[in-house]
Parts: sequence; C-alpha cells; structure tokens
Amino acid sequence: MAGTARSGRRSRAFTPYLLVLPAVAYLAVFFVVPMWSLLRTSLSENTGSVFLPTLEFNWNFTNYTDAFSDFHDQIVRSFVYGGLATLICLVLAYPLAYVIAFKSGRYKNFLLGLVIVPFFVTFLVRTLAWKTILADDGWLVDVLGKVGMLPSEGRLLSTSWAVVGGLVYNFLPFMVLPLYVSLEKLDPRLIEAARDLYSGSWRAFRKVILPLSMPGVLAGSLLVFIPAAGDFINAQYLGGTQNTMIGNVIEKQFLVVKDYPAAAALSFVLMALILAAVLAYTWALGTEDLV
Amino acid sequence: MTAVLDAAPPPDAGPAVAPAPAPARPRRTGRVGDLVLKVVAGLVLVYLFAPIAVIVLFSFNEPRGKFNLTWKGFTLENWAHPFKYPQLTDALVTSLHVAALSTAIALVLGTLAALALVRHRFRGDGGVDAFLVLSLTAPEVVMGASLLTMFIDFGWNRGFGTIVLAHVSFEVAFVALTVRARLRGFDWTLEDASMDLGATPLRTFRLVTLPLILPGIVAAAMLSFALSLDDFIITYFNSGSTVTYPLYVNAATKTGLPPQINVLATSILLVSLALLGLAVLWQRRFGHDRLTRSTSP
Repeated sequence: MAGTARSGRRSRAFTPYLLVLPAVAYLAVFFVVPMWSLLRTSLSENTGSVFLPTLEFNWNFTNYTDAFSDFHDQIVRSFVYGGLATLICLVLAYPLAYVIAFKSGRYKNFLLGLVIVPFFVTFLVRTLAWKTILADDGWLVDVLGKVGMLPSEGRLLSTSWAVVGGLVYNFLPFMVLPLYVSLEKLDPRLIEAARDLYSGSWRAFRKVILPLSMPGVLAGSLLVFIPAAGDFINAQYLGGTQNTMIGNVIEKQFLVVKDYPAAAALSFVLMALILAAVLAYTWALGTEDLV
Repeated sequence: MTAVLDAAPPPDAGPAVAPAPAPARPRRTGRVGDLVLKVVAGLVLVYLFAPIAVIVLFSFNEPRGKFNLTWKGFTLENWAHPFKYPQLTDALVTSLHVAALSTAIALVLGTLAALALVRHRFRGDGGVDAFLVLSLTAPEVVMGASLLTMFIDFGWNRGFGTIVLAHVSFEVAFVALTVRARLRGFDWTLEDASMDLGATPLRTFRLVTLPLILPGIVAAAMLSFALSLDDFIITYFNSGSTVTYPLYVNAATKTGLPPQINVLATSILLVSLALLGLAVLWQRRFGHDRLTRSTSP
C-alpha cells in the first residue's frame, strides 16, 4: 500500500485538497447546481404561456402528485423492464465472465477486449441495427415464423421483449466487467478445496464461487439497472406506443411539450424510486449472502 | 460500484497475478459442465456481435430509397464516397472535437483527484470518493435534464460549449475512478528511492512517476473519449443547434438513413480496435509491470 508515502509530511498536508479541488469544484457547479435547479423547477408553476414559459417557485407539490397519477403506467413499466433487463443480463453475463476468468487461458485479454468492442460503435447505431434484425420483413421473423415459434402475423419489433432485449444488449458489458473483476480476484485454491472436500460442481458454485462474487453481482446490477430504468432510446426505436418508459415521458415533457416543472418532478420521482430499489437490493443481497 | 472501472480500460486490466492453471479434473461432470459453460459464453458473444456484424454488412448495402434498413445488394460505392453527405461529416468532426476537448479537461481534473485519493489520506477522502460515485448514479436523462434547467436558469445559449461542459461532468468521475483503480498498490517508495539517489524532483517525475501513472491515464483517456463519442441522451438535451454524430443519426431516422452512417461507424470501430491493439502492445513493452513487479509477492 501507499502508506509510506503518506506519512509525516506536515508541510504537504494541504496538497490532497489542492489536488481534489478542481474536480470537486467542477462537479459542484455542473452536477450539484443543476440538480438544485431541477429541484426548484420541480416545485415551480408555469405562470406564463406554453410558448414563453415563466416559472414561478411556489412549493407547487402538485407536480409530484400529477407525475404519479398521469404517468403511473410508464413508471411501473420502467421498473419492470429495468428489473427484467438486469436479471437477464446477470444470467447471460455470469457464464461469460466465468469462462473469461477461469477457462480462457491465453485468450483472456482478447475475450475481455471483445466485450468492450461494442462500446466503440455508437449506442444509437447499434440500436438501429437491432431494428433491422427484428424488422417485420427481416429474416429472423421469417425463420421464427417457419419454425413455428412465432405466429404468422406475429412481430418482434414494437413488443415489450424487443425493448427488454435492446436494454439487455446495450448494458450487458456493464454486467460482464464487474463480474469478471470479482471472479478474477477469487483464489482458485478455494474451489479446489471445495472439490477436495467432495463438493460437486453445483455445490461448489453455490457455496463458494457465488457468495465470493457478490460484490461483482451488486456492482453489475447497479450499472445495468440505473441506466436501463432511465433509458428512452430502446423504447423509442424498438418499442411501440404501448412500451413507452418514464424516460420517454421526461424527454417529451422537456423537449417537445416544454412543461419543465412536470418533467423535473418526474426526474426526481425516477431518481427516488431508483434509489429505493437500489437500497432494497443491496440490503437483500447483503443479509442473505454476505453475512 | 468502482469494480467495473478496474476492467473498463483496455483488456490487460486484470491484476498481474495470473490464475493458477486449471486443476486437473478427472470427473466427467466437470468436463461436460465446462463444455456447456463455454457454449453458453460463446452464444452470449454472438449476441454481442450480431448487431455489429449487421452494421458492417450494411455499410456495403445498396439501398433503394432513403433508408438503409433492408438488404438490397452489395456495393463498394458507399466506401468509395464516405464523405458524400457534408452534414454527416461535419457532425462527426464536431463529435471528435467535443470528445477531444472534454477528455482533455476531464483528464486533468480526474487525474489530479485520483492522485490525491491514492497517495494521501486526508479528512473527507471518503466523502470525495462517494461524491464521485454519486455523479455516476444519476440516470442520463436526469443528468441531461438538470443541466438543461440550469443553463435555462442562467440564460446560457446551448451549443458546442454546453455540450463540452456536460460531457466533462460525466467524464470526470470515470477518469478519476479508472486512474485510481490502476494506481492502487503501486510502490510509491520508488519515488523516494529516486530522490535518495540524487534525482531532482523533475527528473523523478519524468523517469519514475510518469511511467507509473501513464498507462492508467491512457486507459482513462480512451474510455472518456469513447463515452463522449457515444453519448446521445445528455447531448440531446444540451445541444442547441449544434449537431453531433449521434444527433445526426437520430434526426436521420426520420428523414433518411444513408449507408455512409454505417461506413463511418465501421471506420470508428476499426480505428478504435487499432488504437486498443497499440495500447496493449505499448503497455506490454513500457508498461508498469516492470516497475511494480518488485511489490508483488
């Protein structure tokens, strides 16, 4: 550790503060102040016209009650889609992370690189590619129809599954990487010890590997769930009018309808619910598996 | 939360300790299990690459009409004229400018903070850490919306400047946490050793400190640049009339998607892969491994 470098240099006591000051000051101005602006807006009322909004701050809590009553469906849908996407990501990412960490030999770096490669193709262009793959006249619908897995006239695009699939696709690397990191840190001798004590593969996984990889499961779940619950691109391009999420509403209220107070209140509702979900999840994982 | 940042930079991110060779496993179930695992992992990789393959393939498409969404025939025409649509080219150039400028600012702010967090213990370091992570937990749509309300409150015109400011605000934490993850566990007494041997502070920085921290900074720079180039949501809220590459693509979904979008996407992919390869090679030759080896058991 870096302990020695830290010790006993009184003259430099203020150095770390000087070093962190620029970053902290920047985030104070461009993260905290905007959040404050958003909070004030969420409690304001538009006293002007739609075209020339004049916002007046008057503790207008109706924005919040309206947010719940008007967009109840979208709120629920965002959390169901986000939760499902997180779960599917976990199921898909675990075997991949496990193979990369323990079974890939000298291909390890290459495989890790492959997981990151999709990041280099713009998010939006990747989502459009899915639109091509899932299109009504595309070969996937054709093949699934012929095999009988999809009813004739059945579609893939504009369904809930297309949106969830897009979310899974876009955020999967965020699950693989932290899982890999936590598995890679795991001492393989622990698995050997379990095997030597006549534990079967499944038992060794459940009793040794899974509990020790919990930090990765937690970090990955947060990194997938937070952006997935707030996303609007996948619902916009892959979903239909029945699949809109809270992100779509915020985007529309802000940039099209220009009802800033309603949009701001929705943003805080989204953040508060995400925070609640994250705390509940952390608590559940923590009590069941880590203690 | 920060665990991902250990691995997010180029693929050699893993700790120097190689996993012990897989223990010989005579049990049949183990071998079958291995095979199943590898097949599943392979399928997941196929899923990750299916759209990428489609994007590359459709850069060779010859679409009838304005939308490059269904396969009509093979052509090299698009690759012969990658810059046929000046607005698309301009949008890409704007994106590259935004990415370069915002990354440069975020690198300075983030690296300084990372150095403070790794090398010093000070009152409030945990708070700084939590603050950095907190800035990553806000969903993009909220981040974009909050910046927009502030810019409206301040009466600032949205455009190139506000895009750069917004990008720096999500890049700073990524840079700080990536650099910090890479610097942990380094043997900083090497600096003292260098000084004891009579090197000036400047020489020590150039010959010891810089080689130690450079791989982390390069990794953070690549990550930050990629995030900026990729960002749509936050940019969408704060762009004014400035058009970046993702914004152009979004507008084009309504008016017509030329195959040149795919040509440029494929080109970015190829350039990034080449840079990634170079970074890995460079790190193997001049990387921190030689300097840190002394500290590993």
